[in-house]
Amino acid sequence: MSDAVPVGHGLSAPSAAAASGTAASVRSLGPPLWLLLELTYRCPLHCVFCYNPTEFARTGTELATGDWIRVLTEARALGAVQLGLSGGEPLVREDLETIVARAHELGYYINLITSGVGLTEPRIATLKRAGLDHIQLSFQDSTREMNDFLSSTRTFELKAKVAGLIRQYGYPMVLNVVLHRLNIDHVEQILTMAEAFGAQYVELANTQYYGWAWLNREQLLPSRAQLERAEAVTQRFRQRLGARMQIYFVVPDYFEVRPKACMNGLGSVFLAIAPDGMAMPCHAARMLPGLELPNVREAAIRTIWYDSPAFNRFRGEAWMKEPCRSCPERSRDFGGCRCQAYLLTGDADTADPVCELSPHHALVTAAVARAERAVDSADRAGGAGTAAPPPALQFRDHRISIPVVVGEPAPGH
Amino acid sequence: MSELADTARPAIPDGMRLQWEAAQEAHVLLYPEGMVKLNGSAGAIMSRCDGVRTLGEIVADLERTYGLTGLSGDVRAFVALALEKHWLELHE
Repeated sequence: MSDAVPVGHGLSAPSAAAASGTAASVRSLGPPLWLLLELTYRCPLHCVFCYNPTEFARTGTELATGDWIRVLTEARALGAVQLGLSGGEPLVREDLETIVARAHELGYYINLITSGVGLTEPRIATLKRAGLDHIQLSFQDSTREMNDFLSSTRTFELKAKVAGLIRQYGYPMVLNVVLHRLNIDHVEQILTMAEAFGAQYVELANTQYYGWAWLNREQLLPSRAQLERAEAVTQRFRQRLGARMQIYFVVPDYFEVRPKACMNGLGSVFLAIAPDGMAMPCHAARMLPGLELPNVREAAIRTIWYDSPAFNRFRGEAWMKEPCRSCPERSRDFGGCRCQAYLLTGDADTADPVCELSPHHALVTAAVARAERAVDSADRAGGAGTAAPPPALQFRDHRISIPVVVGEPAPGH
Repeated sequence: MSELADTARPAIPDGMRLQWEAAQEAHVLLYPEGMVKLNGSAGAIMSRCDGVRTLGEIVADLERTYGLTGLSGDVRAFVALALEKHWLELHE
């Protein structure tokens, strides 16, 4: 399954992209092959690396069951086939089983992306009968103390139990672990745990800096030495376990010199619907200024996908600025991630600063340099980079609202 | 591809699903968080890989259906590729 690129909490581009095989352009526009329903922003966890928006309290009321089923029906008619059910924690929705059953009847391949909190045996049995195809379990860390700290609830033992249920019900055991400065030195324990759980696939996804993770970037970005150690450990496990446990290691964008082909270009294959019905060309697009997101309460999926200004905004190449506009690689990476460009520079149309050709690339290298210094000083203090959290770390909370601030971190970080 | 016996029974692995997608006018293989769009020949082969029919029977069925002969080499080459990519597994 080497082509599998999980979409989970890491914001990686869906590999449906590879299947569609064409660059995004209005002329060759295909259907939204990949549909992600963020069923709720409610979540029992408070992960510091969550990509959900920080302005939860400003979002509207959640869609009702009937709204979700209408979205599923309309998107399937257009050709959507891969379905992600995410959140927040999708198990918080008591109608999850109803939604899964209808999606299965419609012919979707259904992925549940969950922390496992709320996945009891009766629920997994019902979900299996309803036609759920796949479960991706997220895991914060392998040591209970660290797990509890990072998600600020005591969930480790529960997740161990859920991992057992997933195997018992015949699902492949797929673990997603979001890595960052505070847990990356635990990769050995994380992979040992994954092996003990009988995991077949492990995604070690370095945090990408959107939403809550963006707020906490100065505390979460690892150093290059941390990354190299973690990759070396990963390589040892790969050599020992081979195909028995396949491990994907996703390097943070900030350590790359070329940007990711985010979502295979916005509006080419991916359609996400937020809990309040906002339709988005990527999970994080809600923050982009001037992008008037259509709402499924007011518009049909066909109109949203093909005709709305928001979904056409970044199709093709007309929006691009230099150096992307004349870059021979623009048809491969589409200028990178629009949300990252906006967060780092305040301009959503500029090249993703991850690219070393971007005039703003120094913003990325400066952030990495600050991370190097922070980890060095923690190491000198004997904390090995996993010492007590800096006080500024902000835990995700769906009851509060923190405005998005672009550019450099505030002084004092 | 001599290691593939005529009696091998290729099958879609658990957790994957092959289905016809009208919107793409193609068979697609769906797997966790990804999909592969198959061309006509690949779709014709994969849709016969049910874990019951042997490779020999699949070749014979394809030759009969399409009125062709000598498909064995092409079918075996595709099945070998699909096994390598874990799109198929062998039942015995």
